[in-house]
Amino acid sequence: MTDAERLAALIERVAGFGHNAALGLRPVAHGADWATLALDYRAELIGEPERAVLASGPILALMDMATSCATWIRRGGFVPQATLDFRIDYLRAARPGRTVIGRGECTRLTRRIAFVRGTAHDGDEADPIALVAGTFMSTDVP
Amino acid sequence: MIPDLPPYARWLGVTLERAPDGGLGFRLPYGDTVQGRPGFFHGGALAGLLEIAAIGTLRDRLAAEAPGAIVKPITVTFDFLRGGRALPVHADASITRLGARIAILSARAWQDAAETPIAMARMTLAVHR
Repeated sequence: MTDAERLAALIERVAGFGHNAALGLRPVAHGADWATLALDYRAELIGEPERAVLASGPILALMDMATSCATWIRRGGFVPQATLDFRIDYLRAARPGRTVIGRGECTRLTRRIAFVRGTAHDGDEADPIALVAGTFMSTDVP
Repeated sequence: MIPDLPPYARWLGVTLERAPDGGLGFRLPYGDTVQGRPGFFHGGALAGLLEIAAIGTLRDRLAAEAPGAIVKPITVTFDFLRGGRALPVHADASITRLGARIAILSARAWQDAAETPIAMARMTLAVHR
């Protein structure tokens, strides 16, 4: 299996249903401690009708899943986890019609807690639309 | 008057009503579109609801005070306190400060009682009057 196929299999397991599937999140690439997913533009997900700008909620869900996947890849497999806190800075609005690419990284992993960061852009990595930082807790560790 | 919700809020399934005290109450039923792990809400859907509550509450205030004003999210910090079970979630928001250029709001989401929230958000927005 290629990296993309392994990530696709992981996404299939955790994101092939429910909210992630409804948003249509797609796997793009991953490494040892990072994962990149894509969110395609759709009129249903508009948050500001006046400017046809994508709502911030779907971008947040994309980044939550990209950083979660980074954590699972670094842990070596899926473990159930709960988001403790998440911060997102909206640097600018995504351009209408553009696919949003979210890259999540797991910067530190303890037995229970994962520390994550991430960046979202809409075509140019050097011109990001959002930055995130958060923590997850594994829920099956006593 | 009840403000319009954006397409994303309708897609998510959010409804709102005017509370007796004049504030806005938001509601999100459980369903496949908002599911995370089986039987629970996705954190992203709860976060979306909190943002919708904060932005909707701010727009409602500005509709009277500064019609035509545009608001843009700058930063949001979420705390997730409890898992969201397969029951409707309620949310509201309060304006901590509304200045000439910046607004700071806090939003909470709950299932059993407002005093035991399942998620909270603090949101900073730019206001262009």
